[in-house]
Amino acid sequence: MTAPIVAAQAAPSSSPQALLEVRDLRTYFKVMDGVVRAVDGVSFSINRGETLGIVGESGCGKSVTALSIMRLHDTPPTWIPTDANQADLPDDVKALLGDAPSSRILFEGRDLLTLPGEQMRAVRGNEIAMIFQEPMTSLNPVFTVGNQIAEAVMLHQRMSKKDAWDKAIESIRAVGINNPERRVRQYPHELSGGMRQRVMIAMALSCDPKLIIADEPTTALDVTIQAQILELIREVQDRTGAALMLITHDLGVVAETVHDVVVMYAGRVVETGTVDDVLLAPKHPYTEGLLTSIPSRGMKGQRLNVITGTVPNPFNMPAGCNFAPRCPYAFEPCSEHDPRIEDADPQDVACWLYSRAPGSSATPPRVRPRGAEVRA
Amino acid sequence: MSESTLPARPAATPDPESADYEVALESLNQWQLAWRRFRRHKMAMVGLFIFAVMVFLAVFGPVFWPYDPLSLRSDLPGPQGLSPLDLPPMGSDGAGRSVWSLVSNGARLSLIIGMSTMAIAVTIGVSVGAAAGFFGGRVDGFLMRFVDLMLTIPFLFIVLVAARFFGAGELLPLILIFGLLSWPGLARLVRALYLSLREQEFVQAAKAVGVGNVRIAFRHILPNAIGPIVVSATLLVANAIILEAFVSFLNFGLKAQDISWGNALARSQQTIAVGNWWWPFFPGMAIALTVIAINFIGDGLRDALDPRSRE
Repeated sequence: MTAPIVAAQAAPSSSPQALLEVRDLRTYFKVMDGVVRAVDGVSFSINRGETLGIVGESGCGKSVTALSIMRLHDTPPTWIPTDANQADLPDDVKALLGDAPSSRILFEGRDLLTLPGEQMRAVRGNEIAMIFQEPMTSLNPVFTVGNQIAEAVMLHQRMSKKDAWDKAIESIRAVGINNPERRVRQYPHELSGGMRQRVMIAMALSCDPKLIIADEPTTALDVTIQAQILELIREVQDRTGAALMLITHDLGVVAETVHDVVVMYAGRVVETGTVDDVLLAPKHPYTEGLLTSIPSRGMKGQRLNVITGTVPNPFNMPAGCNFAPRCPYAFEPCSEHDPRIEDADPQDVACWLYSRAPGSSATPPRVRPRGAEVRA
Repeated sequence: MSESTLPARPAATPDPESADYEVALESLNQWQLAWRRFRRHKMAMVGLFIFAVMVFLAVFGPVFWPYDPLSLRSDLPGPQGLSPLDLPPMGSDGAGRSVWSLVSNGARLSLIIGMSTMAIAVTIGVSVGAAAGFFGGRVDGFLMRFVDLMLTIPFLFIVLVAARFFGAGELLPLILIFGLLSWPGLARLVRALYLSLREQEFVQAAKAVGVGNVRIAFRHILPNAIGPIVVSATLLVANAIILEAFVSFLNFGLKAQDISWGNALARSQQTIAVGNWWWPFFPGMAIALTVIAINFIGDGLRDALDPRSRE
């Protein structure tokens, strides 16, 4: 298996078949109280037709990453440093950036971050489609679902109204909705949550995108529907050959759906590799903590493992490793030096347990206090 | 529930295989369903009926009372005039004019003023409010400070000054002044609606599909704000009619030879001395009935235009 995920430091040149390559993405929000580093140097890439999961707890920057790729943030208050906007960056954002490299989001070689607005609009929906978390509110309540899908089609393809309408019916049929001729004429409030999410998927697929970004597509749905929707996403992804970027906090969903996974914590990538490597043999203490905090049958009667402490205050990130204050293995270099993501065979990890900190002679504690009994 | 979106008689639907099947049902969804919901609103139907009568009077009034409403008829005695009992249906005024003639002919100008004022105020108010709410930031700050400024201008003062400069009693300046002074309230309302609607997920979803800003503002957000705007617009019509009456009563409105309900009311000022109730009563009733009718229509429209409202 080739390693489809490329850590930025490891391979700065884009691999030939990478569809999307995110490099050193830094998304900062300048708000009244200061600057929030929502995403702080995230790099990953997705190849054509591949599946990538992004996991992490709430507020770790998963959704911000997705919205940054689609460029759906308003500037200001959101700032992403590129080669083009250095002069416009507010001073406090600049100060935090230091000499960090410009962010790049390369989609088929084009940097989306510097694309003119008009061209970016042509990418949205057409080449990269997004499925949102809340099917209840992501559809416009005053238009029929057919109308909304047909609009998406007509925005990007030269098509008559009639053809766009037929395309809407066809794409609704393709996501497993019965009686599509009738459903297209219904308003969102007339459909159930699961059916609305199917409509959202139909809309995302209507222009045959090369990349589908699904931002927690099943979080708002009940468990039985979740399975159906995941099955559907996997199936359409198979059928259309589109690449899939699945954002979720549910490790079970990741294990079932994607091939590669990126684990994020406090705006950084802490571990990345294939699902099998990362979930079966986690290296980063945070990933391990996430996995051991899932209740399992083998642990019946025992106390559930939790990651102690809370996510750091975004205005006041700890020096050194962001996870150090909560890390059971933290040792000398962790509170001083920021680990970079490095190859720790087979996956890539940002942790001093696996690489030598600069100027540090401390040996990492090799003990694993908790029997890392994890499920795939 | 879902059946409600289908035609009442399925037998009458076109062949599902035919090309215009969807098109036909689409139009039924948008407008015929709205009309169906509107019809269920009884008071709105009453309002529509009254309003239709007023429009009918405005257009055809002279046909039914072929006297020139301004001609002073020697057969109608002044200064007391005739009571409605002596000259049905509404009696005559002190100068020998038929009150019915005044009311039926006055509908024309009163409705023109009401509708035109509304059209101007809605155009400006929706544009300004939408721009301020949608773009936010500096655009919002600038536009809303301008709205604040507009709201500090004393209305009566402007009317007096305008009457002095444009010549009192001209119809067009009057409409322009009413329109240009009535939009700030609506702009604030629309801005507030946009501020909340633009944060809705469907707006982000539309952006993610590649829809442009202008299209999002007017095609995606505006239909969601249409209910409160329609209600507000009907209130503007009613308000302009009342304003015209008020300004005319103070003799700063239309010229004496123009007939509007407000003018008719203004002419009946001597009632206070003479005591003939029918001089102010009928024009006043015409104003009150029209205003109430328009308000009911607005109420019905708000419900009818919202696809979420249950039938």
